[in-house]
Amino acid sequence: MLKETIFAATQSIRRELSDDDWCVSVFKDNAGIVKFNDDHNITFKVETHNRPSAIEPYGGANTGLGGVIRDTMGTGMGAKPVCSTDVFCFASPDRSYESLPPGVLHPQRIIKGVVAGVRDYGNRMGIPTVNGAVYFDDRYIGNPMVFCGNVGLIPTDKSFKEPQPNDLIVVLGGRTGRDGIHGATFSSVELTDKSEKVSSGAVQIGNAIVEKMVLDVMLQARDQGLYNAVTDCGAGGFSSAVGEMGEDIGAEVWLEQAPLKYSGLSYTEIWISEAQERMVFAVPEEKWPELKHLADSESVEATVIGRFTPTGNLTLKFDGTEVGCLPMEFLHGGRPPVIRNAKYRPAQPVELTESDLKRIDPHETLHAILSAPNVASKQWIIRQYDHEVLAGSVIKPLVGVKNDGPSDAAVVQPLLDCARGITISCGMNPLYGDFDTYHMAASSIDEAVRNCVAVGADPTRIGILDNFCWGYTDRPETLGSLVRAAIACQEVAKEFKTPFISGKDSLNNEFSFNENGERKTISIPSTLLISALGQTPDVTQCVTMDMKKAGNLIYLVGVTRCEMGGSHALLVNQLHGKGNVPQVDTQRSVQIFNAIYSGISQRLVRSCHDLSEGGLATAIAEMCFAGGLGATIDVASIPVLSEENLINVIRLFSESNSRFLVEVQPENKADFEALLPPALLSQIGTVCESRTLTVLSGGETLLTESIDGLKQSWQKTFDWK
Amino acid sequence: MDSQPLALIVRSPGTNCDLETSIAFQMAGAETECIHINSLVENPEQVDRFQIVCFPGGFSYGDDLSAGQILAFEVANRLFDRLRRFPQEGKLILGICNGFQVLMKTGLLVSPDDRGFPASLTWNTNGRYTDRWVHLVPGESRCVFLQGVKSLYLPIAHGEGRFVVRDEATLDSIVNGGQVALQYADDSENPNGSIANIAGLSDPTGHVFGLMPHPERHIQATQHPHWTREGLSEHPDGRLIFENAVRYFQNSTFPATSAVSVK
Repeated sequence: MLKETIFAATQSIRRELSDDDWCVSVFKDNAGIVKFNDDHNITFKVETHNRPSAIEPYGGANTGLGGVIRDTMGTGMGAKPVCSTDVFCFASPDRSYESLPPGVLHPQRIIKGVVAGVRDYGNRMGIPTVNGAVYFDDRYIGNPMVFCGNVGLIPTDKSFKEPQPNDLIVVLGGRTGRDGIHGATFSSVELTDKSEKVSSGAVQIGNAIVEKMVLDVMLQARDQGLYNAVTDCGAGGFSSAVGEMGEDIGAEVWLEQAPLKYSGLSYTEIWISEAQERMVFAVPEEKWPELKHLADSESVEATVIGRFTPTGNLTLKFDGTEVGCLPMEFLHGGRPPVIRNAKYRPAQPVELTESDLKRIDPHETLHAILSAPNVASKQWIIRQYDHEVLAGSVIKPLVGVKNDGPSDAAVVQPLLDCARGITISCGMNPLYGDFDTYHMAASSIDEAVRNCVAVGADPTRIGILDNFCWGYTDRPETLGSLVRAAIACQEVAKEFKTPFISGKDSLNNEFSFNENGERKTISIPSTLLISALGQTPDVTQCVTMDMKKAGNLIYLVGVTRCEMGGSHALLVNQLHGKGNVPQVDTQRSVQIFNAIYSGISQRLVRSCHDLSEGGLATAIAEMCFAGGLGATIDVASIPVLSEENLINVIRLFSESNSRFLVEVQPENKADFEALLPPALLSQIGTVCESRTLTVLSGGETLLTESIDGLKQSWQKTFDWK
Repeated sequence: MDSQPLALIVRSPGTNCDLETSIAFQMAGAETECIHINSLVENPEQVDRFQIVCFPGGFSYGDDLSAGQILAFEVANRLFDRLRRFPQEGKLILGICNGFQVLMKTGLLVSPDDRGFPASLTWNTNGRYTDRWVHLVPGESRCVFLQGVKSLYLPIAHGEGRFVVRDEATLDSIVNGGQVALQYADDSENPNGSIANIAGLSDPTGHVFGLMPHPERHIQATQHPHWTREGLSEHPDGRLIFENAVRYFQNSTFPATSAVSVK
C-alpha cells in the first residue's frame, strides 16, 4: 500500500524534475541517498525500536541507535555517519505507580533508560545527536516509541554496490550470541503483561566501541577497494543480510565458521541471531588477505563464513551437512500478497463553543502550554548528548543568548572545507490524528518542512522520511486511518515536490493486560513521524530563532485560521477533541516557504521561528526569552482570511500550518515586505529592550509577561536532577 | 629543526575526535599523521619522528575501568620513556578531553608516589555526561599552548571531567609548580565541580598540556553558539592553542612575542 502512495509520489516528483532530479537511490538500499555536492551524496534513515525499549529501555534504545548507524554504514559501499536524530513518545512522567497497568515500567524509568541508551551509543561512537523531539500521551503507557535516525555522507562513486559471483561472504565485527533471537518477529507482535518474561531474549545487547572499530576499518577498506558490497546485520541477522546481498547470485553459508560469543548455539540460532555490531561484506578472494590484515591491525575480528555461489540458491551448511536450501527467487518473491480490509469513518466533529473559548485565559494558558511536557524545554536530555563531536555543528539544538532556546532544526556542515550544509528537523502531532489522520499527516509534513525552512534550508531540496507507528492493522478501522494518512503523504509530498526518500513502519502497537478478570487493550494514538533532511548552499546564511536586537521589526508570515482542534491551548484547558483540526493549503505553503528562503538567502532575516504547538503566543514567547529581549505585538494586525472573524484567543493560540515569525532590521523593511502580498505577511510589532512581552489587540492589552517568568515556566517541567 | 612540525594524532578503539583535531593542527600549519595505538605499541620508536604528540578526545576502549584508563596502561607500558623525554627535547604533548584523562593516568602531568596518583579526573558532580560551552581563563603556568591567551570560549563534552586531588598539599604543589594552565572563568562556568575551577593542567615545563574543553570544536566561526547574534569571528578561540604549538617550532625566541588578545 505504501508503494502505491508514498513511493509513487517520489517517482512522480523524480519524473517531473527530470534532469534536475537530485534523488540518487530511494527505498532501495539501507538508507535513502540524495545528492549533496559534486563529490558527495548524503544518506538518511530513521528506524523504530519500540518493543525492545518497552521491556528494556536502555538496551532497546542503545541498540536502536546502534542499528540505524549500521544502516548508514551498510548503505552503498558504506557511508560515514555524520549526525543522529532521536524522537521519543512516552506516557506522562507524572503517572502514579498505582495507576500503571500490570507489566509496564513507569514512564520516568523508561525515559531515563531510553535517554541513557541513546546517549551512551551516540557519544561513544562519536556521532553527534543534533535533533529530536519528545511527545507525551498516556496511550503510550504500554508501548513507548523510540525513533532513531542517522545521516551519512558517501562519495558519489561509492553510492552503489554489486556483489560478484564467487565473492567470499565475510563477517566483520561483533561475535554471534543468543541475544536478539526472534527480535524481528517480536517487533511486530502485540505487547502484553507477560512480554517482559517471554520476550526478553529478543532484546539485543549493544557495544558502541565495537561498532566504532568496525566503522574505522570499513572506511579504510572501502577507500582501498577491498570489497564489492556491504550490508548490516539488522533484523534477522545473517539470514537477511546474506539473503539480501545474494539475491541475484545465490549463496552458500558455513554456519560453523561464525565466531561465537560462547559455545552451544544451534545452527538456527547462529542464522537468525540479531547480535549487534556485525557487518557482512562481499569480498573478492584475492582481496581477502589484505582485508584480514587491515582488520587484525585494529583488533577487529574478520571471518569468512561462506561464498556467493552462482547457483540461485541459498544453501546453509553446518560442519559440512546441508541444513537448509531455498531458491533465492522463492525467498524474495514467493510470499503471496496479503489482502486486508480497510474502512474509514470520519470522526464526528465536536463544536468549540463560545463558552469554551471564554474559559481560555491568555495568561494562564500561555504558561500552561510552555510547561506542557510536549513543549517544555528538553535541556535535561539535550545536554547529555554530545551534539558537537566531528566539529560540524552550525546551528545547535539549543540557541540564543544563554544557549537555551529551542532551535527549529539543526544545521550541520558535514565537510569542514565546504560551505554547503544540511538541516535536520521533524514533524509529528498525534493529537491531530484524533480528528483526522489525513490532516495529521499533512500537518506533520508541513511542520517538518517549515522547521527546515525556518533555519534556512532550500525548500526545493528537502527530502523526507516516514515512520508510521499504528495500532492493530488487521482491524479495518485502524488500517483505514493508516491508508488515509498515506494518501495525505502522497498528495502533500507531490504538491510540495518534497520526495520521500526512505521509511519504516511499526504496526500492531497495542498493549493487553488482565484487570479484575477482564482483558483490556490500550492502543497507541496513530503516530506518524516525518523527518526532514534539507540543504543550504552556504551555512553562513542560516538563522536562529532567538530575538537579536531591540528596534527590529516582527512579522507574522502565513494565514491564521480558526483551527483550534488538537491545539495545546485546548489540551491544557481540558477541551481536547473539540474544534477544527489544522489543514494544509499546499499552494499557499509552497509560496510561503519559497519567500522565507528567498528572504533568508538575501540575508534580510535576523531571526525566524515556526509556529507550532501553542501557536503565535508560544512562538513569540520562545523567541523573546531565547534572545533575552522583550517585544510588543498586536494580534489585530495578523493576516487572516477576510471571511473569518477570529476572536483574540484564536489569534493567540490557533495552530494553523505554514506560519513563521520573522525578525527584520528596519532598513530591510521594504525588501522583506516585497517577498509576499500583505494577505500573507504583516508587521505585527517590534523587539524591545525591556524584558517584557506585551500582546495587544488594538487598544486592548491581552498579555503583559516578564520573559524571565515565561522562561521559568518553560524550563521547570524537566528540571530533573 | 624543520619549521613545519609533524604532529602525531594517536588513535585507539573508541577515539572519535581524531579527524577534527588533525584538521585543527593542519589549519595552524602543522603536518599530521593518525596512527593506531596497536601500531605504536608494536613499534614505539615511531613516536620519535614527531615534534608534537596529541591524544584526542573520545571514549578509548569505551572508558571501561575508568575514562582513559586502558589506553593509559598501554601508553605507560610502551611509550612512557619516550614521551617523558619530550619536554627536554623541546617537543610538545597535548591531551584533549579523553586525552587529558589519559595523560593524567599515565603520570605525564602529575607523577604518582608510593600511595598512587595524588590527582585525577572523575565523575562530574551532576553525575552525567554534559555538553555545554564554558568561559575559560589561563592560570599561572608556562604552558606553551596558551601563550598570549587572555580568555577562551570553548565547549566541554564529558562525563568524567572533575579534577580532584588527594589533599590540600597536592593542590598547593600543583599551584606552586605553575601547573594550573587553564581554569573555568568562575564557579558558574565550572561544569563538573573541579577543584579550584581547574580545566587544564600543564607539566612544570609547560610542554605537556591536558585540558577537558575541546579547542578543536572551535576552529571555525560557525561553531560558536552565538555567531548568528554576534557575527562571524575572524579568529575562533580554539585555533590559538594549535597555532601556539606550531609557532613554538617556528620562532627560535620562544615565547612568542606577538600576544594574541581574544574577546
